[in-house]
Amino acid sequence: MSRDLPTPPLELETLQAFGPHRSYSDGIRVDSGVVPDKLVKTHCCFCGQQCGMQLKVKDNAVIGVEPWYEFPFNRGMMCPKGVKRYLQQGHPDRLLHAYQKAPDAPGGFRELPYEEAIRKVASEIDRIQREHGPNAFGILSGASLTTEKTYLMGKFAHMCLKTSHIDYNGRLCMVSAGAGNKKAFGVDRAANPWTDILGAEVVLIAGSNVAECSPITTNYVWQAREQGAKVIVIDPRITPIARTCDLYLPVKPGRDTALFNGILHLMIENDWLDHAFIDAHTVGFEKVAQEVKPWTPRRTAEVTGIAEKSIRTAAEWWGKAKTSFLMHARGIEHHSNGVMNVLSTINIVLASGRLGKPNCGYGTITGQANGQGGREHGQKAEQLPGGRDLGNPEHRAEVAALWGMKPEELPQPGVDAYELMRKAHQGELKGMLSICFNPVVSLPDNNFVREALEKLEFFATIDFFLSETSRCADIVLPGSLQEEDEGTVTQVEGRIIKINAAVSPPGEARQDWKIIQDIARALGREKGMTFQSPREIFDELRVLTKGAVIDYSGVTYERIEENFGVFWPCPSEVPEGVPLPGPQGTVRLFEPDAWNPVAKGKGPFYFADGKARFNVTPYKGPTEDVDAEYPHILTTGRVVSQFLSGNQTRRIGPLVDYYPEPKLELHPRLAKSLGIADGDWVTAESRRGTCTVRAAVVETIRPDTVFLPYHWGGRKSANQLTISAQDPISKIPEYKVCAVRVRKAEAPPEYAQKLEPQQ
Amino acid sequence: MPVPEALEFFVDPARCIGCNACVQACMECDTHKGQSMIQLDYVDRRASTMTLPVICMHCNSPTCAEVCPADAIKMTEDGVVQTARKPRCIACNNCVLACPFGVPKMNTRMGLMMKCDMCYDRTSVGLKPMCASVCPSQALAYGTRAEMAALRPNAKAVNTFQFGNQTLTTKVNMMVPLHTRTDHVDVTAAMHEPTIGQNMLEDVFDDVPVAGDA
Repeated sequence: MSRDLPTPPLELETLQAFGPHRSYSDGIRVDSGVVPDKLVKTHCCFCGQQCGMQLKVKDNAVIGVEPWYEFPFNRGMMCPKGVKRYLQQGHPDRLLHAYQKAPDAPGGFRELPYEEAIRKVASEIDRIQREHGPNAFGILSGASLTTEKTYLMGKFAHMCLKTSHIDYNGRLCMVSAGAGNKKAFGVDRAANPWTDILGAEVVLIAGSNVAECSPITTNYVWQAREQGAKVIVIDPRITPIARTCDLYLPVKPGRDTALFNGILHLMIENDWLDHAFIDAHTVGFEKVAQEVKPWTPRRTAEVTGIAEKSIRTAAEWWGKAKTSFLMHARGIEHHSNGVMNVLSTINIVLASGRLGKPNCGYGTITGQANGQGGREHGQKAEQLPGGRDLGNPEHRAEVAALWGMKPEELPQPGVDAYELMRKAHQGELKGMLSICFNPVVSLPDNNFVREALEKLEFFATIDFFLSETSRCADIVLPGSLQEEDEGTVTQVEGRIIKINAAVSPPGEARQDWKIIQDIARALGREKGMTFQSPREIFDELRVLTKGAVIDYSGVTYERIEENFGVFWPCPSEVPEGVPLPGPQGTVRLFEPDAWNPVAKGKGPFYFADGKARFNVTPYKGPTEDVDAEYPHILTTGRVVSQFLSGNQTRRIGPLVDYYPEPKLELHPRLAKSLGIADGDWVTAESRRGTCTVRAAVVETIRPDTVFLPYHWGGRKSANQLTISAQDPISKIPEYKVCAVRVRKAEAPPEYAQKLEPQQ
Repeated sequence: MPVPEALEFFVDPARCIGCNACVQACMECDTHKGQSMIQLDYVDRRASTMTLPVICMHCNSPTCAEVCPADAIKMTEDGVVQTARKPRCIACNNCVLACPFGVPKMNTRMGLMMKCDMCYDRTSVGLKPMCASVCPSQALAYGTRAEMAALRPNAKAVNTFQFGNQTLTTKVNMMVPLHTRTDHVDVTAAMHEPTIGQNMLEDVFDDVPVAGDA
C-alpha cells in the first residue's frame, strides 16, 4: 500500500531529561496574600497583539500576572496564554547551562562551561568559513525576538560573518502579506490603528481565526458590530469568530484569489467603485478590471465552493459600504499563491477607496510578538535595516557607511529559510546557528528538515528550552526568555512598544544579544558588536533608519513609554513645510496629504508618483490538489491555548490541559464515509509523511477538508504531512493546502502509551 | 470597603469564543489560587463552536445558602455570595445539588464547597474581577449600567430568572437581545417536560377505573 514514510524517533531519554514537562503553579505562586516586590509593566511574550500586562515579581521570580488596564490596545484583556505565560519562568526544563551533544550522556547532552561552548561555536564558524567560504555558514533567526536582537542578528550575519545566508521564521508567517503590501502600497505595515475597526460598516475577515490566534481583536470586532457593523468571515471552518458572523463564506482552501476576483467583478458590474479615489490615487485599475471580467459569480462559486448567493451578498455589502475594515492572516497567506491572495484583497480595498480615513482600514494580523518589527531591520534574506534592500546599491552604500565598511564587503542577498534547508540537505551549506526558530516542528515536510540539519557538519542553537530543533544541535547555548531582557517590539498596528525585564537570566543563561557578541568576540570580529545594552543597539538602529521607509529615528524608549507606544514612520527630521508626526508617530498610514520619503509629497503611497498599485491577480490553484489517491484537503492552523511550535506553551500545564493533543477535525459526512467516529484513532497520510491522532467529528468544517493543528513535534506533528511548495515571490510555504488520505487507524500509535500529551 | 454599587457584572454568552482565558484567570484569584471556579463548556461541539461560561450569578436570595443545613454560606452586605465558611461546611453537597445554575463545586480534598466570590479581594477595592478583566471578547464584562448601555445598544441586561416555580433575582446580569418580548429568561417555557411528579400521578388516577363502572 504505502511507501515507507519517515517516522521521527521517540527520543524517550531526551524527553525525560529535557521535557517538555508540564509546569503548574505551586509554592509562593499559590499562596494567598503574597505581596510582590514589584509589578513590571511589559507585554506578552507570545503573539503579535502584544497585550500590555504587568508581571508580579518576587525574589527574582515571576509569580503571576496583573492586568494593565491603562494600556490602550487591550485595556487589561488577555488570552489564556497571556494569563499563564508566567509559568515558563523558573520552569524545571529551563536550560541553565550550555550543552554539547553527547550520545552517552543522559538525554544525549552533556553540560559545557559557557565560555568553552562559545569558543567551540566560534572555532567551527571560522573553520567552515575558511574551508568552504563565507556562505557555507548560515543563520536562522526569529520574529519573537526584540527588534534590537533582530537588528543585531542581521548585522552579525551581514557584517561580522559576511554571509548571504540569514533568514528568519517570519518566512513562515508574514512574508506574503509583506510582499503584497510592498507591491501595492510600497510599504509594509498595517495601514490603520485597530480603533478604526470601531465604526466600520463592514468588517471583512479573510483567513483569520481571530478568536483563537489573535483573541484580543475579537472585542474590536464585536464592538464594531454593536455599533452596526456587518461581519463577513471567509474560512473553510466555522471558527468561534465565524459562529455568530453576519455572513460566512466557507471557501475551499487555496481558492481565495478567485473569490476576491469575483467580488471585484461584481463591484465593477454594479459600479460600487470610488472613481475619484481610483483616478487620483492609484494606477493599474484597467488591467485588473480586464483580469476579473471572466470571474462571474457562477464561475467564482464553482471554483471557491461558496454559494453564488453568498458571494453576491458579500460583494453588495462590501461594495455599498461607506466605511469598512478588511483584515487577513495566514489563512490566505500560507499558500503557493499567497501573495496573489493578498493582492486580490488589496484590489477590493483600493477599488472601494476606503483607506487612509477614519474607520476605513486594511491590515494583516501579525502572528508572532514581533511579526512586524522582525521583518523590518535586516534579518530577512534580502533585507537591510530600515526596510532597505540588500540588492539595492544605494541602500548598500547607506548601511555600509554607517557600519564602517565598504559596500562591496556586504554579501549579496541570500535565500529563504526553506531553501537554506535544501542547501544543507545538498551539502552546500555546512554549518548553521539558529535562534528563536524551531524548524523541525514548524517547517513543512519536517522529516526532510530534520535530515537536513543532521547532515550539517556543525549546528548550534541558542535556546531557553531544548526544542525539537535543539535536539539536533551539536552545541546549545542557554539564551534568555522575553521577561529576562528589555527592548522594543512592533505590534500588529505598527506601534513600537517597550518590553521590560522582570527578572535576570538563571544559571549560565545570558541575554541573547550578549551571546551573539560573545561569539563575535571569540571570532576576533567584534567590530560593531560591542553594545553594552539594548538601548545602545536601539540608538544605533534609530540613526540607521533615518530617512528610510521604515523610519524609527524619532523614537526613543522614553517616548514609547510616555505615549503607550509610537507608530512608525516617526522621523526625527522632515523637510521644511512638512509637519512632524505627533507624539504617537504616524498612527494611520495613507492619509490624503501624508508625506513620505519616496513620494516626497506627490501622494500618500510609497512610490515615486505617490499612487497605490492595483496588481493583476491571475488565479492559480494550490500546488498539490486532491486526486483519487489522496482525496482529502488538509489544512493546518492553531488552537487558542498553544503557540506556534509549542516549545514554550507545551510546558505550561494549565494550557496543555485545555487542549492536550492534536485532533484531526473532519465533517460527519466524511467521517461516516470513512467509518470514523468521534474520538477514534485516525491516520492521515500524505506523499511525505503520516500522522496518527484522534478524530474530532464536527459539523464546523467543509466536508472535503480536514484540519490538524500544528503545535506538536515528532509523530504528532502536522508538518510531517504538509508540502514544501512555496510562493514564488514571498517564499512562504503552503501550509494551508495539501492532499492527504484519511483512514481509521488499525491500532493506537506507539506514542500513545509512551508519551505525555505535550511531548 | 464594599463593592461599589454602580459596578455590575454582565454575561453575554453570544460573545463567548471559548478561549478559556476566564478559567485561567480565575485560577489567579487570590482567595483560591490554582483552582478555577468558572465552568466553561461547549454546548454541543459536534454541531457548533458555541461555548458557555458559567460564573456565580450571586442571587439576592441564594438557594445554596437557603438549603445549607450548617448555615455555612454567607452573603456580604453588598450582595456577594461567598464560598462556604470552612469551620461550618460539612461537605454535604446540598448546595451543589440545589443551585439552579450549577455553580458551587465540592472540593473533596478540602471538604469544602467552593464557588466564585466575584473576586472579592479585587471588587471590594474597586477593581474588576480577574475573569472580566481578561475576557478578550468581553462576554464577561464588569462596569456600570450606563457604560454597558452605551457600548451595547442592541442588548439589555436581565437579572430575573424563572426555574419552575422558583423566581430568582441575581446581582449578575445576563445580556439578552433588546428587541424580544421576554422580560426574563424563562427556562420552563422552553422545556419539554416528561410526565413525572404531579402530572404522572394525575395520569395514573385518570387511568384507574372508577369503582362501580364495571
